[in-house]
Amino acid sequence: MMQTSFDKSIADIIDLGISEYREAYNVQREILRKRLSGIIDDTVIITEHKPVFTISRLGSKENLLATSDEIKDKGIELIEIDRGGDITFHGPGQLVMYPIIDLKGYSRDIHEYIRRLEEVVIDFLLVYDIKGFRVPGASGVWVGKNLKIASVGISIKRWTTYHGISVNVNIPLHYFDMIVPCGLKRCKAVSIASLLKKPADIQAAKSRLTDSFKKVFRIWRDRPWSK
Amino acid sequence: MVKVALPELGEDVKSAVVSFWHVAVGDKVSEGDDLVEMATDKATFNVPSPASGAIKEINCEEGDTIQVGDTLAVIE
Repeated sequence: MMQTSFDKSIADIIDLGISEYREAYNVQREILRKRLSGIIDDTVIITEHKPVFTISRLGSKENLLATSDEIKDKGIELIEIDRGGDITFHGPGQLVMYPIIDLKGYSRDIHEYIRRLEEVVIDFLLVYDIKGFRVPGASGVWVGKNLKIASVGISIKRWTTYHGISVNVNIPLHYFDMIVPCGLKRCKAVSIASLLKKPADIQAAKSRLTDSFKKVFRIWRDRPWSK
Repeated sequence: MVKVALPELGEDVKSAVVSFWHVAVGDKVSEGDDLVEMATDKATFNVPSPASGAIKEINCEEGDTIQVGDTLAVIE
């Protein structure tokens, strides 16, 4: 009997726990390499990073408001990387999801992929009774005027994706005061904990986020948006 | 001679910015090698070489905005 697409799993999940940014980046590259050579299926890495600022090649260093000494004193790394977007912060209490998936199984459209990633977070936030939304012209997920809860920055190699989306769960928000997040002035970072005024369980959040990923991407795979 | 053009990237993506050249004029490349990293608002992607040969021309610099279909480089 032919296997229907419904029976196929959407992606394997790899949980890296709390990781160094570079260590997780190397895992991404290794999985990307294996996915491109077809020896593994679509895979989603989920992790929290140790404190790090990452900036894209086209990002503006002016959006880092602290000096390199200040960030070094606080034990934060600054790394230039090959994703889209500008500058962002990652640290414990923030979930970062790196889907390494072949878009040829979905739709060859990089911006639609970004919209679908945002949809994953919007679906995930509903569990907490938080209503997330998109802002035209500004990627990521917002919960109020200039209030941002999730950031996106992706890369694609031969239609296979890497990098991804980060969602603030319990992350201390003072770190974001050291940058202009995503290069957008007036943008303020919020978290699930800051909105609910209580901490959220990070392990439960992890499994809910991956559930939302599978749900949204299953719908996309089985019923692509009509063009 | 093979022209390397900026490929179709999605319905609402009309242009992209050159963010990083992996190669220079004169370099030997194989089909499938990454030639140039391009960026849109939130995404970067590598344009692979459509053929094996040497880079004869590079038509844009890092920071330039390129329209879909425009020539990025020529391979001979």
